[in-house]
Amino acid sequence: MRAFVPDYQMEAPPTLAAALQRMASEPSAWKPFAGGTDLMVLLEAGKLPHRKFLSIWKIPDLRGIAASSTHVALGALTTYSEVRRDELLGREFPLLARAAAETGSIATQNRGTLGGNIANASPAADTPPALLVYDAELELVSPSGTRVVPFHGFWKGYKQLSLHEDELIRAIRLPRGTYGWMHFYRKVGARRAQAISKVCFAGTARMEGGKIGDLRIALGSVAPVVLRATETEQALRGARPTPIVIRAAQQTLAREIAPINDIRSTAHYRLRVAQNLLAEFCEIISA
Amino acid sequence: MGNLHIGKSVQRKEGREKVTGRARYVDDIKFPGMIHGVTARSPMARGKIREIRFGPGIPWDEFTIVTAKDIPGKNCIALLIEDQPCLVDSVVNHPEEAVVLLAHPDKYLLEEARRALQFDIDPLPPVFTLEDSLAQKQIIWGEDNVFKSYQVEQGNIDSAWSLADFIVEGEYETGAQEQLYIEPQGMIAQASPSDGVTVWGSLQCPYYVHKALVRLFGLPKEQVRVVQTETGGGFGGKEEYPSMIAGHAALLAWKSGKPVKMIYDRAEDMVATTKRHPSRTRHRTGVMRDGKLIAMEIDFTLDGGAYETLSPVVLSRGTIHAAGPYSCPNVRIRSRAVATNTPPQGAFRGFGAPQSVFALERHLDRVAEAVGISPEELRRRNFVREGETLSVGQVLQEKVQMGKLLDRALELSGYHEKRARFGRENRNNVIKRGIGFASFLHGAGFTGSGEEYLASEASMTVSQEGKVQVLAGSTEMGQGTNTVFAQIAAEALKLDCEQIEILQPDTSLVPNSGPTVASRTTMIVGKLVETAALTIQKSLFDAGLIRPDYTQTEFPNACRQYIERFGELKALVKYQHPKDLHWDDQRYRGDAYGAYAWAAYVVEVCVDTRTAEIRVEDFVAVQEVGKVINPVLAAGQIEGGVAQGIGYALYENVVWQDGRMANGQMTNYIMPTAVDVPKIRVYFEELPYVRGPAGAKGIGELPLDGTAPAIANAIANATGIDVKEIPLTPEKLMELLENLHD
Amino acid sequence: MTDSHDKIRVHCEVNGQAVSFEAYPMERLLDALRVQMELTGTKEGCGEGECGACSIEMDGSLVNSCLIPVLQAEGAQIRTIEGVAHSAQLSALQQAFLTHGGAQCGICTPGMILAATSLLERNKDPTDEEIREGLSGNLCRCTGYTKIFESVVEACRTRKRGQDA
Repeated sequence: MRAFVPDYQMEAPPTLAAALQRMASEPSAWKPFAGGTDLMVLLEAGKLPHRKFLSIWKIPDLRGIAASSTHVALGALTTYSEVRRDELLGREFPLLARAAAETGSIATQNRGTLGGNIANASPAADTPPALLVYDAELELVSPSGTRVVPFHGFWKGYKQLSLHEDELIRAIRLPRGTYGWMHFYRKVGARRAQAISKVCFAGTARMEGGKIGDLRIALGSVAPVVLRATETEQALRGARPTPIVIRAAQQTLAREIAPINDIRSTAHYRLRVAQNLLAEFCEIISA
Repeated sequence: MGNLHIGKSVQRKEGREKVTGRARYVDDIKFPGMIHGVTARSPMARGKIREIRFGPGIPWDEFTIVTAKDIPGKNCIALLIEDQPCLVDSVVNHPEEAVVLLAHPDKYLLEEARRALQFDIDPLPPVFTLEDSLAQKQIIWGEDNVFKSYQVEQGNIDSAWSLADFIVEGEYETGAQEQLYIEPQGMIAQASPSDGVTVWGSLQCPYYVHKALVRLFGLPKEQVRVVQTETGGGFGGKEEYPSMIAGHAALLAWKSGKPVKMIYDRAEDMVATTKRHPSRTRHRTGVMRDGKLIAMEIDFTLDGGAYETLSPVVLSRGTIHAAGPYSCPNVRIRSRAVATNTPPQGAFRGFGAPQSVFALERHLDRVAEAVGISPEELRRRNFVREGETLSVGQVLQEKVQMGKLLDRALELSGYHEKRARFGRENRNNVIKRGIGFASFLHGAGFTGSGEEYLASEASMTVSQEGKVQVLAGSTEMGQGTNTVFAQIAAEALKLDCEQIEILQPDTSLVPNSGPTVASRTTMIVGKLVETAALTIQKSLFDAGLIRPDYTQTEFPNACRQYIERFGELKALVKYQHPKDLHWDDQRYRGDAYGAYAWAAYVVEVCVDTRTAEIRVEDFVAVQEVGKVINPVLAAGQIEGGVAQGIGYALYENVVWQDGRMANGQMTNYIMPTAVDVPKIRVYFEELPYVRGPAGAKGIGELPLDGTAPAIANAIANATGIDVKEIPLTPEKLMELLENLHD
Repeated sequence: MTDSHDKIRVHCEVNGQAVSFEAYPMERLLDALRVQMELTGTKEGCGEGECGACSIEMDGSLVNSCLIPVLQAEGAQIRTIEGVAHSAQLSALQQAFLTHGGAQCGICTPGMILAATSLLERNKDPTDEEIREGLSGNLCRCTGYTKIFESVVEACRTRKRGQDA
């Protein structure tokens, strides 16, 4: 434990309104703290710069999975375990369930939350690629009200959120519309469990007579943010995924992503794997 | 007559405590008035310390502060030699070298204080690689950077090359490996000039720590006491390193007058403590058309880090194992351990052999390919047999059956069928499967005259109630020492295992049985335990208190009477070196080990060429180990060792930056989880070893030798890649796969 | 180091007993268990939530106690290794670990038993894959997992035969 723990403050506001009020009372001083699976690791390493935290873990308004005819709304505090157990999500948004199952360990899944994961904004996060291909929206709440923004573009840059100082992520909304599409998700890490991703690929596609009618592709760990590969999508939209088409799309992908060398892997490896996963996706959807 | 306990899976003696969480490891223990200690370390690899700055905002007068000047005896960690300082005096020789020790009751404040210490260091040019050290870019140790070198010669290799039909060369590299015991290093110390020094902690070798503390404090032996607490894994990582942390905790205790507890967190443990020596091995092999090996020239180099620690002994074992279980008339092995400005490397299960055996077993598959015969046929034609000699000239007395072991392993794994099938199925498949093997041996006990030099002892006492106590310096760290010793003693005395108590190793109570290393604990020390039991039994016979067919219920009464008559019932046994074992230290030839375990491991792998991910699908481990005393414990040793070998081959990559481990977190230094390891299928053959207790040999290190090369051979089979280096990470494999297609 | 703040008093239930202790709000639950409550069965292996040696059950879910600030344990129901056995009688799982060699050095064992106990509570009849997945957050360096796996399989069999929970 490398942090000076007495320096850290934490309060547990009982309601969403109380939490927002506390945050507004001292702008940018109080940071929300959900399951703690990212923040506590930083604390233990002595690398957590903030000092004041609001535990939002028990706030009821941030929990629950609710379905309407058009959307499924997941409270920001929905844990990975809850995602895995939800039948509706498993049927309509299988990549989300897959991603949740690949995140950390069971113990991590019991405490890690979708909202926390989004707020942490790691480019190696496992569920955001699935959220992106499902056109997820974020419901953000502040003392002045609520706004809904697309998740695509919410991360402006490395660890930079389009979140105002007085805002909390309240829910993640998934438009129900990809039912019947084909789904593909693959995370490549250093081992088969409890691994930070080296490359993560999520893809959905609607096939029309052997051609790709529409598709979504998102990748993790190959850019400063989890990336919607819109140019690569464009290269494939309307096309029949033949080897030549796939190869051209792989070239486009190489231009669109920006993998780096870091302590876990190399830029070259990440590039090759991303390209190979794209090919695998194309082969699966055309089978 | 059947065995009472030998060959039975008697339950672990301390098992109940372990499954209920009642077992007490060092961090579970606290003493009244105890304070905490931490170590402030050099951020730089090499340099001279100009100034130690104590930063602002810390109440420094509340702290106990220890530097090299506070050391009462000699500033060294005494081991083979005394080159390693306990604390930096003025020159830093590796990153994370200990400079200042701090103690305080408040753990959080202590960490703040550590952060507030700054070292001004004038850098000196460091050497970070084995190659640079050999090239003597800088002299950083001794006169030539070489800790130790050996040369083994057999036959006349220089004239043998011209006779060979094929000559095959290869260079192989292995990386560092972190022992990664799940319980980090920890010690509690109490020390004062009047009372001497006592330490309690996680360790494998109480008498190593004892010797080091005696030297560090300049105290007489009786004034130093070392007690082993329940130890959460060691694997060699707690063979010599505990002397350092014990010294540190004791210095703080000495100066503060309070008990001091020092527990490393994982990050510190990873970056500051010993690892397996990285290696480079060059092979040049002359072989005949019929597959007979005629010349083996091996150049074996280890990177030892900044100080000597145990490098000469690691090098020794690696050298002796370098030519494996094969008969070759002409051999030359040149080996050396060299210094670099990295934290000193040290003992890790296998101790030099995993490095040299990796190179050998990978190389022999390539030799087979060059000759045009199968890898298994090459081995069969060269396996050493009873009466033949190993590379150091040891004439084998054992009825060694390597061919039979290999056959059995190949059959159990479905090797031939799979090899053929994978060859077909791999074509036009992004998933490539492969199967490979390694055949190897591992010498048990200390090399050559080592056991004689150790002169181990064990003793046994019996109470009036007939309760037997085993007193040995051997430590339990999960491998089953307590249980096996109890079984051996109970078997000899014809008692229940519950009547045997194994005393917690405490140097004030137990004799020096030598270190708990080198696959020697059952074979060497267990034999002492057996002899002690038989000695006690004989005492009772000779006193006429029991007859040869006595029963367990008669035992306590006989003991009571004996003690009434003679005062005490005990036996102290000293190691007797077998008269027929001869070792020449100068020429490095002779009987290297009293006994060998023999093995053949077969591995099936699956390679996804899209991601270069490698998965071990099936693992068959066949070994001949003498008598298996406890099947569950023995299989547990093999399974655990294989898992470590899988890590060594595929996952465990130390990322070095300026001589420092940059990935010192469990998030980034990857060991296998339960889903990464298949069911490991273990099979034992037993040829009782006449000098072992109940016929047992040593097995602890064996699995580390053959696992990685078997995996490498399987990957080569799957992909056609010439694997020369481990760990074979997906990044490396991806590059190799691409080069193959170019 | 700025100004220190006050400790809080936390009330929760541990192994069926109400407890209350003082700690800084972001102190780790692991430390509160081991130090304030003197329940040293739960271990620290890594301090990063990777090794699982600190696993406990909190409100019925398996969690890594090194990653939980004590403030969030307020009102929680916690089970540690000390609460797995029913007084003197070992659980089927603990018993299986003894007969099948599931524990070697024992340092991962408390966390491993919590993980396996939690798995079997959620899934009475797990497949081999589900068992391995359930244990994949608990690192063991000694066993290679084979005998831990066999111990869990044995415990499933025992429970199916109707002996104890």
